[in-house]
Amino acid sequence: MMDVQSALFYVFSATMLFAAFRVITARNPVHAALYLVLAFFQASGIWMLLRAEFLSIALVLVYVGAVMVLFLFVVMMLDINIDSIRQGFWKHFPLAATMGAVIALELAAVLLGGFRISEPQMHAAPSIAVPAAVVASMPVDVASAAVGAASAPDVGHVVVAQASNTKELGVLLYTEYLYPVQIAALILLVALIAAIALTLRARKDSKYQNPADQVRVKARDRVALVKMEAVKPPFAPAAEEEKSA
Amino acid sequence: MSITLGHYLTLGAILFALSVTGIFLNRKNLIVLLMAIELMLLAVNMNFVAFSHYLGDLNGQIFVFFILTVAAAESAIGLAILVQLFRNKSSINVDELNTLKG
Repeated sequence: MMDVQSALFYVFSATMLFAAFRVITARNPVHAALYLVLAFFQASGIWMLLRAEFLSIALVLVYVGAVMVLFLFVVMMLDINIDSIRQGFWKHFPLAATMGAVIALELAAVLLGGFRISEPQMHAAPSIAVPAAVVASMPVDVASAAVGAASAPDVGHVVVAQASNTKELGVLLYTEYLYPVQIAALILLVALIAAIALTLRARKDSKYQNPADQVRVKARDRVALVKMEAVKPPFAPAAEEEKSA
Repeated sequence: MSITLGHYLTLGAILFALSVTGIFLNRKNLIVLLMAIELMLLAVNMNFVAFSHYLGDLNGQIFVFFILTVAAAESAIGLAILVQLFRNKSSINVDELNTLKG
């Protein structure tokens, strides 16, 4: 008899693998992007089963919310000729399917046999077990909470921290991994600038103002004073001519 | 039968094999190639999270965080290059990327 977690694992896995299969075989790239969204949602569910709540939510927010929307934008913006792209799809299919099956079977044989580690000991508080090395690097309040849990009589060799997954991750991220976080921020900034610089283009037929030229302009460039003689216009009253006629 | 670490690792392996197959199949379609790369990164992240849970070490989840960051940057730049490619060639066929004669 399967418990609920195992059943959920199999449901999420089957849906995710089906979605991944459709991503690589879908004829329309828009469908492929939508199936990729489905695959990410299932992965988020599986990570929730693994008690990685923060990453599970971050996957949905960052990937489905930002990256996949970007994918969909680009797919819909481009006018793709599907027929020319699908050329040679079935020609490569036997080789690709064979290679994929071999890779999957070999890895599955090794991994299923070699990693028979079952669930870590869970206590009343549903939180991740933290090894002593991690606890030692934590600030005082979290570490004392963890040590307090360890001193409880029913806890074995596994130290259980009473903080949530998100809190533990945050503590670790901003103490031990402070510099890597800064580097990650820099990577995102570089990617931002690079994406803008790559797609920016100046249209030749667009009308725009050049502020530098506007600032640099002098009065004599704008108003041309022309010297010319003052000439009196010849006065020819039309009314008198009519009277005489 | 409860779910062991091997189950999650096998799931990641199957996902990885599927995306390798996808790269072989969609040799001409640059946008599906990018999607297959995203699936590969997802498979790797799955392994990291599974190990992090079963070994009780949070550092694996930190690493997934950084992989997500790099993957977001990678897909943004990849899509920017894709848009430029489409502007210049009016197609996203990988076979037409032969200007450098590499």
